[in-house]
Amino acid sequence: MEKFKVLTSGMVPLTIENVDTDQIIPARFLKATDRNGFGENLFKDWRYNNDNTPKKDFVLNNPTYSGAILVAGNNFGCGSSREHAAWSLADYGFRVVISSFFADIFKGNALNNGILPIQVSPEVLKKLFHAIEEDNAVKANVNLETQKLLVEKAGIEVDFELNPYKKMCLINGYDDIDYLLSQKDAIKSFEQNR
Amino acid sequence: MKKTLFDKVWDSHVVSSVDNGPDILYIDKHLIHEVTSPQAFNVLEDKNISLFRPSQVVATADHNVPTENQHLPIQDALSRKQVTQLTTNCDRHGVTLYGLGHPYQGIVHVIGPELGITQPGMTMVCGDSHTSTHGAFGTIAFGIGTSQVAQVFASQCLLVAKPKSMRVVVDGTLHPDVQPKDVILYVIAKLGTDAGTGYFVEFAGSVFEEMSMEGRMTVCNMSIEMGARGGMIAPDQTTFNYVSGREFAPKGAELESKIAHWKTLPTDEGATFDLEHSFPAEDIRPMITYGTNPGMGIKITDNIPESNDASFIKSLNYMGLKAGSKLLDMPISHVFIGSCTNSRIEDFRAAAAYVAGKQKSAAVSALIVPGSQQVAKQIVSEGLDQIFEKAGFILRQPGCSACLAMNDDKIPAGAYCVSTSNRNFEGRQGQGARTLLASPVTAAAAAVAGKIVDVSQN
Ligand code: SF4
Repeated sequence: MEKFKVLTSGMVPLTIENVDTDQIIPARFLKATDRNGFGENLFKDWRYNNDNTPKKDFVLNNPTYSGAILVAGNNFGCGSSREHAAWSLADYGFRVVISSFFADIFKGNALNNGILPIQVSPEVLKKLFHAIEEDNAVKANVNLETQKLLVEKAGIEVDFELNPYKKMCLINGYDDIDYLLSQKDAIKSFEQNR
Repeated sequence: MKKTLFDKVWDSHVVSSVDNGPDILYIDKHLIHEVTSPQAFNVLEDKNISLFRPSQVVATADHNVPTENQHLPIQDALSRKQVTQLTTNCDRHGVTLYGLGHPYQGIVHVIGPELGITQPGMTMVCGDSHTSTHGAFGTIAFGIGTSQVAQVFASQCLLVAKPKSMRVVVDGTLHPDVQPKDVILYVIAKLGTDAGTGYFVEFAGSVFEEMSMEGRMTVCNMSIEMGARGGMIAPDQTTFNYVSGREFAPKGAELESKIAHWKTLPTDEGATFDLEHSFPAEDIRPMITYGTNPGMGIKITDNIPESNDASFIKSLNYMGLKAGSKLLDMPISHVFIGSCTNSRIEDFRAAAAYVAGKQKSAAVSALIVPGSQQVAKQIVSEGLDQIFEKAGFILRQPGCSACLAMNDDKIPAGAYCVSTSNRNFEGRQGQGARTLLASPVTAAAAAVAGKIVDVSQN
């Protein structure tokens, strides 16, 4: 897993609420047997017309927005457990998703793929959308070590929460699987004693 | 200390806890399917590790299998590749596979309970959010991502923080025409799609106590649609009767001792939950959704609510519906009765009881897709196939089908489909398709009338 410490980047605003994983990556693109190339189909049906021409009014097709931070409406990532949603966001180039609320499974999947989900209050989310509207290229600074989100130009400075274990994994690029493999003896003795 | 059902099952599966971090939770049963497992098998191969406990993994092919001519090779090249890959992976790692052509094949959440693989007090996971279905047995069952599928392959464990607990109580007497699906659609409409996030839900009260196992599965299936990681219902005599005698259920003295243990699982009197909700059963009527998330549901006789919220307006635009208007009497063109929510024998019995002696509207295409080969067999042995066919419904072979439209069973763009599945997201049943979630009886009635009708009045 790719390490994450600090990121300074522009933000892409997706004001829609309850963005479900079927929108992030529609089911018809789940037929792959590897993890590559999902970015192409990220938000496919919002991003492209049926003839594959880009839909002008969708934010990813607006060149005035760019960056590795997606700012999304409340309850982002609800619905299916498909990790393909996290793979497509990562493959497209997002490293951070900011929202006022994340669905559980999505949050876990994001963290397992080096994407940092940052939960902010509804007020801060509003401020962020406003700041991006004022200046499409406004930059945010995300520091995982100090757990701070900073948009200097808009006077936004907030602390965000993350489980210390998950923080350690992300900073060091560790996977859960390595940790679990190191616990094999404990797991075997648990099996014997139940 | 007084404990909840959830606490009892969780605590007995904790191997250890990471300081300031998640628990290492032991997983009894791991179900897999073709869509979310290939990349997890790749992880094993990349890391050159073996599958730790293959006997605790069960596989089936369901998400993108065709529902016609299952004896022939799958026509869609990508689907065929995924299903073939599953077979190769299961062979290589010693996993039991109920693939196409096997008498036990079916939707993963239908076959687990049906085969007696699902038992009270277990922990179960699957790379599929509707794993919550198995909670109907008093099981901690939840959906996981593919990285976690790999973790369970490697260690039979997961690193997970213990969720908070919520109890949803529905007490009282249900209206005779209200189905389990209506109960859960009602609860989600009341609480919203994110109310359960961070929680594991216990459904309690007389309504669930009196419900059949299949009804309980419908309810727990949709707990994920209120954002909850899973739902549970305390095991009782109904549960024990259902489990007893099934293929992989314990037998004889072992069963007796298991039942004695299962009886200790229900929530202790006086145990506390982080959050409680309760609803009177009498308030529930047949339900339907009008929007693009499962929380956007109303009593079928109600008007669509009004709101200035941008996401709400976007949703109604997609659905081609007007705020303040009625759904009742609105023409529809498609009906889908199937999916892990409503594809068990009781669902088809209920639909067939309504359809018997009637004719499907000529304007509607109505698809019946059983959840498993065993359910399909039962449909025939009870003669329900005759009823459906005479009425003009199309009976297909088992799979997820139009629930997520990964195979050819797609609803056309712009068409309205009354569906017994669990998600009405944009494009879920096909690009541009408009899904109205409802119970099997409401769906059957819509097929007959060619429009939305209230079954509690007909
Ligand atoms: S029937 Fe639908 S919801 Fe259930 S497992 Fe299949 S695709 Fe998922």
